[in-house]
Amino acid sequence: MSLQSQLESGKFAITCEFGPIKGTDTHEIIENIEILKGKVDAANVTDQQSSILRMSGLVTATLCVQGGLEPILQMTCRDRNRIALQSDLLGAWVMGIKNILALTGDMAAKGDHPQAKDVFDLDSVTLLNTIMRLNEGFDLSNNELKGKPAFFSGAVVKVESNTEASEELQIIKMQKKITAGAKFFQTQAVYDAKSFERFMKRVEKFKTPVMVGVIPLKNAGFARFMNANVAGIRVPDNLIQKMADAPKEDREKTGIQIAAGLIKQMKPMCQGVHIMAIGWQKKVPEIMAAAGL
Amino acid sequence: MLYSEQKHFDEIIAYLEKDKSVFVVGCDGCAQSSGSGGPKQVEEMKRKLTAAGKNVTGTKSVDFLCSKALVKSGLRGKVDQLKAADAVLVLTCGIGIQCVAAAVNKPVYPGCNTVNLGGIRGEWEGSERCFECGQCLLYHTGGICPLTACTKSLVSGSCGGANKGKCEISPDRDCGWELIYTRLKERGLLNRLNDMMKPLDHKKIMPRPEMMSTPRYALENPPKVETPKVESPVKEVKA
Repeated sequence: MSLQSQLESGKFAITCEFGPIKGTDTHEIIENIEILKGKVDAANVTDQQSSILRMSGLVTATLCVQGGLEPILQMTCRDRNRIALQSDLLGAWVMGIKNILALTGDMAAKGDHPQAKDVFDLDSVTLLNTIMRLNEGFDLSNNELKGKPAFFSGAVVKVESNTEASEELQIIKMQKKITAGAKFFQTQAVYDAKSFERFMKRVEKFKTPVMVGVIPLKNAGFARFMNANVAGIRVPDNLIQKMADAPKEDREKTGIQIAAGLIKQMKPMCQGVHIMAIGWQKKVPEIMAAAGL
Repeated sequence: MLYSEQKHFDEIIAYLEKDKSVFVVGCDGCAQSSGSGGPKQVEEMKRKLTAAGKNVTGTKSVDFLCSKALVKSGLRGKVDQLKAADAVLVLTCGIGIQCVAAAVNKPVYPGCNTVNLGGIRGEWEGSERCFECGQCLLYHTGGICPLTACTKSLVSGSCGGANKGKCEISPDRDCGWELIYTRLKERGLLNRLNDMMKPLDHKKIMPRPEMMSTPRYALENPPKVETPKVESPVKEVKA
C-alpha cells in the first residue's frame, strides 16, 4: 500500500530516511533499500542535508523505486531556482517518484561548500504551491503541461519552540503549507510525549496527518550536541542521564529502547512515525520491533 | 541615494480597504528627488485618496525619514491628526517606511517601491535596511522588511531555525520573523501573517539593465562631451 493510501485511509504509517552517498559507490544505498523495503511504508531521501554535498537525491530516489522501496523525495530551495525545481519535479514523476517533501533548506554557509550561492528563489510554501500547480497541469507561469503529475506532497513542522513568537509562527506556517497543498507533515525529532500531546491538541483542527519524528540516541554527548545545535530538538535531562548511565556495551540497546518507548507513547496521538536513524538505517527494523510496530 | 517609485494607486487603495481614514507622510530627501514622495506628490496623493472616499486626517513631509529622530521631531506637531487616522501611508524608500513604522504605533503602509540601483546602498544609523526589491512588502509584515531582517530573506514566515529568538545563521541577530510577529501582535494585525505571498519577482530585484550598464560603461568610456569654450578672464584683460 502506498504512503498516500496508507495516510488517506487513516492507517498508521512508518517512514525512515537516508541521505544519498558522497561519491558514486551505491553499494550502501542498495543495501539499505534491501533492508528497509517491505518493512517501512516509505523512506525519505534527503536533499544535500545540512548543505553537505551528496549525490543527487533524485537519482537516489529513482534507485529506491527500482529497488521496490517507496521514496519521499526531499526538495529544498537552496540550490535550484523555480525553473530547475519544476524541471526536476517533472522528471521525478516520470521516474515513478510520487511523494515530495517540500523544505526551504539550510543555508550553504552551514555546510561543506560555504562559498556557494544560496538560491531561495522559492521557499517551502511557494514550492508546495508550485507542486499544486504542476498537479493541476500548469507551470508557475501558467503554461499548460503535456501530461501532468499527481504528487502527494508533504512538509515539516517543529514541535518544540522556546519563544511564544516561534511557536505561533510555526502553527501559522503549518496552516499556510496546508493551504499551499501539504497533505501530510513529518515533525522534527520529539523526545517529550507531553509536549507532543500539547502540540497535537493545537493542530488537531487542521485534520492533516502528522507523523512524529524520532531520532534514536547514540550516547549522552550526541543528545547534548543536538540540544545545543539543532533548532527544535529538546532532549530532557532524564533521557540524557539514562544514556550516560548505560555501560558502553549497552548504549545502543538503551538508545533503541528509549526510541521504542517514545514511539509507543506517541503512537495513539498521531498518524505515523518518522524514524531518523542517522547512520543507523540498518537498526530501523530493530527499533520497529521493539516499539511493537 | 535610494530611488523610489510610487506604487500603482490600485495597490495603495487595496491596502486601505478596511481603513476609513489615513495620514500621509512624505520625505524631502531622496523621495522628493525621485519624484515619488516630496511635498508635491504628498498633496497629489491627498487629492487622489480624498477622491477615492478616504478621509485624509493630515499630511506631512519630513526631511529624511531614514532618521527616526527626524521622523519623531517632524511628526511632533501632527500627533492629533495621526491619532485620528486608521493607518499611515508613507511615500518614500523602504528605510523611511520602516522608520515611520517603528516610530508610529499605527498600521503603516508603503506607498512606494524602492528600485535597485545596483550600487552601494548607503549607510544609515538605524537598524532598518532596504533590499531595493522593487515590490515593497512592508504592508504584510508590520513595517519590518523580511528580506533584510530575515537572514534567509524568507517571505512566507520563519524557517523554524531560531533559538530563543535569535537567528540560526547569525546568533547575534534577532530572528526577523519573530520581530515581525511581535510588531504585528502589538498593532493587532496578526492576521497579516496568513497572507499567502507570491514568489518574489527577481526581475524587479535585479538592477535594471540600463542602470547596471550605464555607470560602469561611463567610467570606462567617458562620454565625449564638447567642453564649451570659455574665454579666460585673464586673457580678456590681456586683450
